[in-house]
Amino acid sequence: MASSSDMGSADFESLSSTSDVELLKRAWRNEKAAPEILPYEGDLVERAKGQIELVEENIEAYVENGIDPLVVSLYQMDLDRTQFLLRSYLRVRLLKIEKFMFHSLKSEEAESRLSEQEKVFARRCADDLAKHFEESVLRKLPENYQSVLKQSLISEVDDMVPEPHLDTFVVCRSKSHFTLNLYEEGESTQTEEMDRGDLYFIRYKIVKGAIESGKMDLI
Amino acid sequence: MAGQTDPHVSLFSPEEVEFMAEDELVEIVPNMNMEPLNFIAGDFGRFIPQIPIQVPLWLAVALKRRGKCTFRPPGWLSVDNLTQVLEAEREPQSKFQALPFSYVEIARLLFDHARDDIPDMYMVRSLVEDIRDVRLHKLENNLGTFLGTSAVKMENVSAMEVNLVRPFARRALEAFYKHDKPEVVADRNTRSSRQPREANDEPRRPLRQR
Repeated sequence: MASSSDMGSADFESLSSTSDVELLKRAWRNEKAAPEILPYEGDLVERAKGQIELVEENIEAYVENGIDPLVVSLYQMDLDRTQFLLRSYLRVRLLKIEKFMFHSLKSEEAESRLSEQEKVFARRCADDLAKHFEESVLRKLPENYQSVLKQSLISEVDDMVPEPHLDTFVVCRSKSHFTLNLYEEGESTQTEEMDRGDLYFIRYKIVKGAIESGKMDLI
Repeated sequence: MAGQTDPHVSLFSPEEVEFMAEDELVEIVPNMNMEPLNFIAGDFGRFIPQIPIQVPLWLAVALKRRGKCTFRPPGWLSVDNLTQVLEAEREPQSKFQALPFSYVEIARLLFDHARDDIPDMYMVRSLVEDIRDVRLHKLENNLGTFLGTSAVKMENVSAMEVNLVRPFARRALEAFYKHDKPEVVADRNTRSSRQPREANDEPRRPLRQR
């Protein structure tokens, strides 16, 4: 990407500011692209909500004070964009919770990724679905096959719980130069030198840590 | 659950790709006075007639629509540069040329909203279209050389291009990875050998891969 520095203002590298909108956009993009639910960005969401409320009040005041409608409409557009990001971020998370609700409630680690409200949602979702399955199907099955979580009583693990597919491939972009381990335990060592801006198709498990620590972004 | 799962949950729609491109900065020349705008996305301005200023693309388009500014097309969006890029892209075995990550979206927004500000607009547009076609063709050919490793580097591939090949490349790489790793399958079989019912992995697949 060395030659891209002369590409002018439109290049993404000039947008390295870390305003809350940028952070929110990053969180939204990562959440959309990751196969599993990522830790909830609670502080960021609260800050974004605060800023949205502030701008909403400002816009009302502008309208009352007869500020140029053009200026008001521009502020409204900025507000709309931020609201879209926030809504879409929260919705993607809800979709994932619906998809993996039993999994999200199974371990504390998975549950700790959810906000308090999301936990309530996941629990109610899981309860309702379990109840629905029991009433419509499971009660009519032989005794050994009545569990929502297991195929049958002899299953040792919960083998009817959909889990995120972590061996899938994602597209990611490195934010700085660093060396990434391409191997898991028990595999031959193999590393990859990554430069700022490099784009990779990569197995999600490998970059999971780098994404959560902010070294890489999903695209 | 089937009714609720959105198979495209992890993909970006063309509108979303455009939304992201709209945050890229472009240079405009305003023709009116305006106080600085303190947006959530950052501060821009103030705006003084004839003084060029950098603003996000969405703001530039909004001002342009109301006749409040003219665009200064980015340097890469010129007949000279694009001709060069196109020739280089057409070289056999060539790499992808450096273009802005959102070049397709930026170019399209400018063509739609600022046609009178782009010199040789029709020439520029057909060049961008040609470049896009050549690159897509190249990208398709490159997919054939993908190897089943854990990481595949993609140099200078743009947002739209990534989004287009993602579904196919993801499935292909997943399959490569799966077949490369016999021990993973073996591991699962030993774990489940005590449960004859689970030994056959097939019926569970629809639950996992959605």
